Amino acid sequence: MKNSKALCIAVASGKGGTGKTTVATSLALSLTPQENVLFLDCDVEAPNGHLFLRPRIEAEKKAVILIPRIDVEKCLTCGKCVEVCQFHALAEIGKSIMIFPQLCHGCGSCAWHCPSKAIKEIKNPIGVLEAGLALKGIRFAHGILTISEPMATPIIRQLKKWQKTETGSVIIQDAPPGASCSVVETLRGADFALLVSEPTPFGLHDLKQVLDILKEMNIPGGVIINRDGIGDFQVDQFLKQNHIPIMMRIPYSTEIASAVAAGKTLLDVSSNYGLEFKTLFSQIKKRVMENETC
Amino acid sequence: MILIISSQNADINSPVDPRFGRSQFFIKYDTNTNHWEAIKNSSVNQRGGAGIAAAQIAVNHKAEVVISGDFGPNAFNALKAAGITMMTFLQDTSTVQDTIDHYKQGKLNPFE
Repeated sequence: MKNSKALCIAVASGKGGTGKTTVATSLALSLTPQENVLFLDCDVEAPNGHLFLRPRIEAEKKAVILIPRIDVEKCLTCGKCVEVCQFHALAEIGKSIMIFPQLCHGCGSCAWHCPSKAIKEIKNPIGVLEAGLALKGIRFAHGILTISEPMATPIIRQLKKWQKTETGSVIIQDAPPGASCSVVETLRGADFALLVSEPTPFGLHDLKQVLDILKEMNIPGGVIINRDGIGDFQVDQFLKQNHIPIMMRIPYSTEIASAVAAGKTLLDVSSNYGLEFKTLFSQIKKRVMENETC
Repeated sequence: MILIISSQNADINSPVDPRFGRSQFFIKYDTNTNHWEAIKNSSVNQRGGAGIAAAQIAVNHKAEVVISGDFGPNAFNALKAAGITMMTFLQDTSTVQDTIDHYKQGKLNPFE
């Protein structure tokens, strides 16, 4: 909200399969048409938001990273590029430089440091971005990382920059599972993080990791407990002790599970969820405003 | 002939390390002089590219043979391009000294 003038909510979890997409898509549907919603599926290794929001894809863009190409005529094989590459994407073997494109992060350090200007950066496609209008007029976009490509962060970064947003609109970013670079990239710039957990030791373990990331990135957050009723009380106890708000509880129910398996959201299960998510959204807005004033 | 062997510690009597890129140390051994030295693997905790960095160490130390438990595709391609022979430990190998003996006895097979 600070710079982009849109309110950006990231939905993350740590543990996979806790219900990030169920929450993110239900939230998006409950806010329209009152709010102008842009939904970004940042889980580029396994995007599934489209199964629930059913966009009609109208725009496509290649996601690329810039990788080095070496002009052997100009290359002095001085090894400077190998030395500056933090990702070991280059090796000096005999009288030539070997490039390992899959390790390259596209930072451009090699080209910058090359004393003989022998390195040119070329575009290496790693996936595709797609966008279109989804259910209830939600603007939708996702990234799809090409199978076997290991680098998810550049495509997430490009996805976030791609679609323009108007003042006052709401961006919902569905994060990948885990607590690694791709989650950090999804959270970067978000005004609020909605963390979906389940009351199990595994759910708690990964939730703690994501909470640590939020602390480090100074992003306010709240927790939704999904599959409430299973497992134990450790998540509840931990959140209470650390004064982290539980913003919603979604019960463990076969009805919800069947609906999700059929590509439906919580709003299809019960119309009460529409109101619950609207209330949740008001709480998030309040928290974001408090965070900005202090 | 210069050998590089992946090792858990900085000693010739140390247990071998079955991993190449993630090996804690490399023992560099010269078969002509029987002189050896330990090289710390500075890339052991790198998120990615450890195999390539390890191959670069072998290249920089002018190794002709590298002996480890296995070689990943990146390390394999780099070592192959450098013309360095890759070999793997025998089943009953426990220490770096063992594998040097196996090498001298011609018991090791090239990794291809």
